[in-house]
Amino acid sequence: MTRSEDAVFLKLDDVKKSYDQKSLVVKGFDIAVEQGEFITLLGPSGSGKTTVLMMLAGFESVTSGTISIRGKSINKTAPYKRNIGMVFQNYALFPHMTVAENLAYPLSVRGMSKADQKARIAEYLKLVELDDFGHRYPGQLSGGQMQRVALARAMIFEPTLILMDEPLGALDKKLREQMQYEITRLHEKLGFTVIYVTHDQAEALSMSDRIAVFNDGVVQQCAPPAELYERPVNAFVAEFIGENNFVEGHVERIEGGRAVVSVKGGGQIVAEAAQGLEASGRCIVSIRPEKLFIHPTSHDHDNEIEATFVARIYVGDFIRYYFRLSDGSEIVVKVLNDLSAPEFGEGDQGRLQWLISDSIAFPHDGEMPDTTG
Amino acid sequence: MNKFPEYFTIWHIAGHYALRLMAYLVLAFLILPILVIIPLSFNAEPFFTFTPGMLSLDPDAYSLRWYNEIVTDQKWTLAIRNSFIIGIAAALLATVLGTIAAVGLSSPWMPFKRLITALLLSPMIVPLIIIAAGMFFFYTTFGLVGTFPGLIIAHAALGVPFVIITVTATLTGFDRSLFSAGLSLGASPVKVFWDVVIPLIRPGVISGGLFAFVTSFDEVVLVLFLAGPEQRTIPRQMFSGLREQINPTILAVATLLVALSIALLVTLEFLRRRSERLRGAE
Repeated sequence: MTRSEDAVFLKLDDVKKSYDQKSLVVKGFDIAVEQGEFITLLGPSGSGKTTVLMMLAGFESVTSGTISIRGKSINKTAPYKRNIGMVFQNYALFPHMTVAENLAYPLSVRGMSKADQKARIAEYLKLVELDDFGHRYPGQLSGGQMQRVALARAMIFEPTLILMDEPLGALDKKLREQMQYEITRLHEKLGFTVIYVTHDQAEALSMSDRIAVFNDGVVQQCAPPAELYERPVNAFVAEFIGENNFVEGHVERIEGGRAVVSVKGGGQIVAEAAQGLEASGRCIVSIRPEKLFIHPTSHDHDNEIEATFVARIYVGDFIRYYFRLSDGSEIVVKVLNDLSAPEFGEGDQGRLQWLISDSIAFPHDGEMPDTTG
Repeated sequence: MNKFPEYFTIWHIAGHYALRLMAYLVLAFLILPILVIIPLSFNAEPFFTFTPGMLSLDPDAYSLRWYNEIVTDQKWTLAIRNSFIIGIAAALLATVLGTIAAVGLSSPWMPFKRLITALLLSPMIVPLIIIAAGMFFFYTTFGLVGTFPGLIIAHAALGVPFVIITVTATLTGFDRSLFSAGLSLGASPVKVFWDVVIPLIRPGVISGGLFAFVTSFDEVVLVLFLAGPEQRTIPRQMFSGLREQINPTILAVATLLVALSIALLVTLEFLRRRSERLRGAE
C-alpha cells in the first residue's frame, strides 16, 4: 500500500474471534474499506460473517487483531461510543415509541435541540418516503415500512459507518427487491459507508461495490461482483456464486496461463489456469451453464466435449438441458428460449461447446464441490 | 334440540348437565363464604348471624356502625396504617430487587442460573412457619424484631419471588436486539435500560409489585413472630379480634379487603391486556 495508514477509512487487520479459546470462528480477517464503499460479507450460515459485523458494532470482543477507523483502533471503544449505525434483521424498532420518537432517540442522546431534531426527522422521513408516518407506532406499519424506518434511524445521526445484518431477510421476494433498490438509492445519494451481511448472493451481487465471500471463518475472495462471478479464485467461490458446472480431469501441461486438461471420461479441453494449479495434478474445470452452447451453434467456441442428453426442462425465459458425461457427472446448459433451442430424444449424443476464456481449471483435492445447492 | 350433536344419547346430555351443576357448586363453595360476610358487616347488632330484621329487609336492622368503628377505634386505624406502610415499603423493595434479579437471570451469560432462581423463589415454597422461626432468631441478633424495618425486609423477601416470576415472564418476550439497537444509537447501557427495557417490561414490574403488596397485606405468620404491638397489621388485628372482642368490625374490615382485592385484580387484568397489546404490536 503506497498511501499512509491514515488514509484508510476502515481497516480490519488480522482480526480473529474465538468463543471458547480453542477453535476460531473468524480466522484472520483483513480488509481495507474506502469511505463511501458498499461492502458485503457473503457466506453460508456459520461462516463467521455475522461475527465480524458484531465485532465492528462492538457487541462481540475481538480475540486478536485490530479494527481501526481512520487509523485509530476502536477495539477498546464501547459500542455506544462508536458512532456506528446498525440495521437489524428484525428491525429492532422501539415498539413503545412512535416513528418520530424512534428517529429522535439517537439525536436526543446526542443532546440536539428539539427544533433541530424536528427538522432532521422531517428530512429523513421524506428521504425514506414516509412523510406522514411520524406519529404512528411501529406496530401499525408493514414490514417494508418498518425496515425503512430502521434504515432512517440508523442514518439520521450521520454515523461514521452503517452496518446491516441481513436487513431484508424478513421480507418477501418482491418487497426485498424494492428495498434493495431503496438502499442502493440512499447509498448513492448520501454516500455513507456500508458493511452489509447476507447469505443471499443475488442481493450481494446487485448492491455491492465489493463482496467478501466467507467460508469457514476465512475470506475466500474479496472482489467486485463481476470479477467474483467471472473470475472466481477457487472452486468454493465458483460454486457459491451463481450456478456452475464442474468437470473433473488431469492437468497435462500449463502453457501461457492456460491448462490443457484430459477429462476423466475421455477427451481433452483447455481452460484458464487458476492460481495454485500444477501440471500433472488433478483439477476441476468450471463452466457456467449460460456459457455452454449445444452444437450446432453460431456462438464462438474453442472447446468441445461429448455428452449424453438426459432431460430438458422448460423454465420460461430459458430452457435447461441436462447432459451426462461418460464419467457419470451431470452438466447443465442454459439456452435462451428462442428458435435455436434444439430438441433431443433421451440417450441422444450431443456436443457441448464453449470458449476457453469462459472456463477455469482449479486445483482439486479429490472432493467435488456440492453442486446441488 | 339442536343444541347437542345428533349422536348424543340421554346419558351424554345428563352428563353435560351434571358437569355444569358440579362446576356451579364448586364455584358457590368458593365464593359464598366471602359473599356472606358482606351483608353481615352491615348488621346493626353485634352478632355474626342474620337477625330476623335483616332477613325481612328492615332498614333499621342495617347500619354502618361497624365501619364507623374501624375509623374511630385506634387499634384499627393503627393496624390499617401499619399494613399500608409495611405493604407499600415491602412491595417497593421487592419490586426493585426482584426486577434487577429477573433482568440478571434472563441474561444468557448468567452462571448458575437454575440454582440462583431456586434460591430466590424458595420463600414461596418453604413453609412460612419455618421462615418465620428462622427470621425470628436471625433478627434478634440484629435487633430487628419488633421494628418496622425488620417486618418490611421480611415481607419484601416473601414478595420478591412474585416479582421475579412476573418480570421474567415479560422478559422472555423481550427482543434483545432492542437493547443492542439502543447501544448502537449512542445511549449508554443504563440509559437504554431506563428508556427501552423498563417501559416494555413495566406491566410485569407493576403486577409483580401488586402481588408483593397483597402478599404482605394479608400475611399473618411472620407478623405474629416478628411484630411488636406497635407493628400490628390488619390481619394481625383481625386474628386477635376473632378471639378477644367478637363483633362485626372484623366483617367490615373483611368487606373492605374484598373490595380492595377486586380493585387489584381488575388492575392486574388491565395490565395483562395492555402488555399483550404492546407485544402484539411488535
